[in-house]
Amino acid sequence: MICDTCQERDAVVHLTRIVDNAVTQLHLCEKCAAAKGVETTVAVAQHPLGDILQAVQQQASTTSEDAAACSFCGATARDFRATGRLGCPHCYDAMEKSLRELLRRLHGSSRHVGQRYDAPVTHVATPKPDSIHDLRDRLQRAVETELFELAAELRDRIKVIE
Amino acid sequence: MTSPRPALDLSLLPDGGVRWLDASGPNADVVISTRMRLARNVSGYAFTGRARDGERLRMLAQVRDALGAVPSLRGSLLVRLEELSTVDRQLLHERHVVSKELAGLDPQHPIRSGAAVFLGESVGLLVNEEDHLRLQALRSGFAVPQAFEAVHQLDHELGSQVPYAFHREFGFLTACPTNAGTGLRASVLIHLPGLVLTKEIGKVLSGLQQMGLTYRGLYGEGSEVVGNFFQLSNQTTLGRSEEELQDLLVRVVRHVIEREEEARRVLVRDAGYIIEDKLWRAYGTLRYARSLTFDEAMNYLSGVRLAVGLKLITGLTVYTLNKLLIFAQSAHLAHLEQRTLTESEANLVRAKYVRQALVSEGGGVE
Repeated sequence: MICDTCQERDAVVHLTRIVDNAVTQLHLCEKCAAAKGVETTVAVAQHPLGDILQAVQQQASTTSEDAAACSFCGATARDFRATGRLGCPHCYDAMEKSLRELLRRLHGSSRHVGQRYDAPVTHVATPKPDSIHDLRDRLQRAVETELFELAAELRDRIKVIE
Repeated sequence: MTSPRPALDLSLLPDGGVRWLDASGPNADVVISTRMRLARNVSGYAFTGRARDGERLRMLAQVRDALGAVPSLRGSLLVRLEELSTVDRQLLHERHVVSKELAGLDPQHPIRSGAAVFLGESVGLLVNEEDHLRLQALRSGFAVPQAFEAVHQLDHELGSQVPYAFHREFGFLTACPTNAGTGLRASVLIHLPGLVLTKEIGKVLSGLQQMGLTYRGLYGEGSEVVGNFFQLSNQTTLGRSEEELQDLLVRVVRHVIEREEEARRVLVRDAGYIIEDKLWRAYGTLRYARSLTFDEAMNYLSGVRLAVGLKLITGLTVYTLNKLLIFAQSAHLAHLEQRTLTESEANLVRAKYVRQALVSEGGGVE
């Protein structure tokens, strides 16, 4: 999509505005957006959570959470900032503090008040915990993301099963 | 050149995937459809975006194995999206059966291994979308309780077979924190030409944002508003119960419907002949044009839909207009013609299709 103003560069900012009760869509390149006083950074353009994430992460960056990787999938706060998506359910524990703050900003609350849930205890459909295939996939991911401690631990567990 | 993949047999889809278009539900002249969606993830796996191919495929197999004990999806059709051609995936997306991301049509998210959808009679289950599981129910008209009941039943059945990721404080865990908690996105697809023509729409939209609702275009997230069709849904998913989120949507949408009806009355009262002329011109264009772009078709359809609502045009059903909304899209036209179409070819085929639909389904008699 081409920028509405200069008609030259690619539009990276997409604004929906309400002017005089009419909805208008504006597509701007970074330069024209800046000229119009629309603040952009690469992080903002990447995903809609950009600005909130940055604010929350800046607050939380003094804590140790920022550098720590999730012990299950190896995702870090930096990965989350870049994609706007968490790596796995365990990330919610690994980044609990900053996520609680983020959830509060997004939803006005971080406490679930809806339906409660208990996972089925044992059932045919429940997978064997840590199947060898899952462990191998996790090991591969740990190696790719250079989480060597986690990789060593997973390798040991695979050896035991084998 | 690779050999062409077998085309998707649409007759296999339960109800063709379009029963929600039949205009049988409440307030169907204003509210096209109601959709309830629950986001769920299976514990023990990385979320779809981070998972490796094997993990996604094993998760899919686990879900498939569990479906024997899930009555809501008994006899459902499994569609593996990675096995379909782009045009067939586009077709399913145009029918609102799968999201753009699951169909691999979003340049940021190419088709994933394990991307699949189970299509049942009254509910659907998307697998390996942004979240492992997206449970959805789509109903004709303004039918929030009916749609929720269907998706809630599926959730209950599936959740007792497959372990969901659930957090004591944060609720159901999702890849994007915007969906965490209930994982519920309750939405309606609504047609608001009266509010747009009376220029009241801005006020209404900013009002509903203050109430905790958000709006999007015909195809959900990231899509533009075309033909005065808006998708209204809850903005937040955490901190309110499923019942509260439904109540909110019902309350606000009821109010929006009243405002729309009021706007239509004002239009007829204050600008009767101008509106009448405008709407008949829209009908005339659809009835006789030889080339129509999608946006043009949608905008004129919006006018004709309003004319039918105001009873200016009789003999034309809302169902016919709903069908045009879906079947005048590019992949549907390509499917109709059994060949790929350039944009200008599609415009010709679209105009022809719309003309024929209007002739065969009647309407237009004063």
